[in-house]
Amino acid sequence: MDALTLDGNAVAGLLQEVFAVEMTTAIGTCDACGATDAVGALHVFRGAGIVMRCPHCDNALVTIVKDGTRVWIGFAGVRSLQVTV
Amino acid sequence: MEVVDIVAQTPRVKTIAFDVTGWPGHRAGQHVDVRLTAEDGYQAQRSYSIASVPNGTRIELTVERLDDGEVSPYLTDELRPGDRIELRGPVGGYFVWEPSQGGPLLLVAGGSGVVPLMAMIRARDAAGSDVETRLLLSSRGWDDVIYRDELERLDGAGLRVVHTLTRSQPPDWTGYARRVDAEMLAEVSPSPAEKPRAYVCGPTPFVEAAAAALVQLGHEPESVKTERFGPTGG
Amino acid sequence: MSFVSRGFRGRRRESDADATRLPPGQYLTDDFPVLSAGPTPHTSLDRWDLSIVGELDEPRRWSWEEFRALPSEEVTVDIHCVTKWSKLDTVWQGVSVDTLLDGLDTAAEHVVQYCDGGYTTNLPLEDVTGGKAWVAFAYDGEPLEPEHGGPVRMLVPHLYFWKSAKWVRGLRLTATDEPGFWEVNGYHNYGDPWQEQRYWGD
Repeated sequence: MDALTLDGNAVAGLLQEVFAVEMTTAIGTCDACGATDAVGALHVFRGAGIVMRCPHCDNALVTIVKDGTRVWIGFAGVRSLQVTV
Repeated sequence: MEVVDIVAQTPRVKTIAFDVTGWPGHRAGQHVDVRLTAEDGYQAQRSYSIASVPNGTRIELTVERLDDGEVSPYLTDELRPGDRIELRGPVGGYFVWEPSQGGPLLLVAGGSGVVPLMAMIRARDAAGSDVETRLLLSSRGWDDVIYRDELERLDGAGLRVVHTLTRSQPPDWTGYARRVDAEMLAEVSPSPAEKPRAYVCGPTPFVEAAAAALVQLGHEPESVKTERFGPTGG
Repeated sequence: MSFVSRGFRGRRRESDADATRLPPGQYLTDDFPVLSAGPTPHTSLDRWDLSIVGELDEPRRWSWEEFRALPSEEVTVDIHCVTKWSKLDTVWQGVSVDTLLDGLDTAAEHVVQYCDGGYTTNLPLEDVTGGKAWVAFAYDGEPLEPEHGGPVRMLVPHLYFWKSAKWVRGLRLTATDEPGFWEVNGYHNYGDPWQEQRYWGD
């Protein structure tokens, strides 16, 4: 396990800015292995942008890229996201 | 977002109090995102757990100075009362505990990972809760234990504090003197049958090892919540 | 709106380097930040290989020993990350992509770098030929560390560094452009730091 890996808590502020609701308690379903996890439990990597990966199979679930005013969110590996509003 | 006062906790750790206009209150375990801007526009951002219980517009962050850090040395060495800081928060919902959620509680901390867990302990104390709580705190040495005196004072009335000192111990030390492992967790934790809520926080390798050990011991993975601070801590 | 934090300077060095060497919006750094889109792969060298596949008559493949037997060179280049740090005069040892493609016949105009861990990035073929790109196996005189992309990574210094894939396992020659991992998720398709092409629409 990489010492640098963080988890979804590290991007809680960014996600809240975009979605206007607290997102780390949202539950995501991985489309590769079917596992369900709270966003807060996903593994977060910082590359050129942010990648959130399934903690079971490493599938890339979400990518986040931001410049000053635009945020690109890719839900590449999320089959479904359950949010409590 | 104005610095009110700064208190040294250990040789490398300080608690910084801020007055934040319009602060809406927060829950134990939440954090803030601090952003610093240099004169040429360069920015750096880091997250810090809130150490204090809600108290009007005042919040406290406990920051460990990392020698090669970019932000922590600024916060611990440069900030003065009256300075202003940009911060966003409170943030978080997954790694949060409120007394109404009950327990038993198992809190496992590596170094500065104790900060959000201390917020939970303080919230428990402020609410007069008697939820059974165990804190296993790993520190390098006795002088590095953050909140040492306060934890000693709060120990009892359902709260049990267990230390492990990994690098150096005082001469008469009879406690744990090694890194947190499965055996230690088995001895300290409530049994899986009691269905404790576990919160594990600290450097990533620490969190990975402790969380895996708890699951190995039979605790449900969903009951073990984790917050990773990265390679070296908060 | 941000305000200046009194006395904050950050880690980057005050530049005494020639300002014309820094692309717009970049800051100089002395260290080598580790940025990664995923966990560090660990492929043992006896199972590792490097390939050229896609729009060509015969795919090419080198084992680790075969790859290391190819002529290599030391290059000193500046590198620029889209996250705004730049590092000047970095020294690498690698095999020129021209060597890998030597004598190869293709109608392809594009190439996709593919890697252990699944990362991909796309470029025009002409951006990895003519002495512009290397497959690097050493940095600063030492074998390339896994966290920095070892055993080998791409080195394409004239573009933002996300176009130099870590843990590269091959180049796929393609007839059409196939945007890679970051290119489909907000980052610019080409990525010229001198025109500050960081994001879609830049």
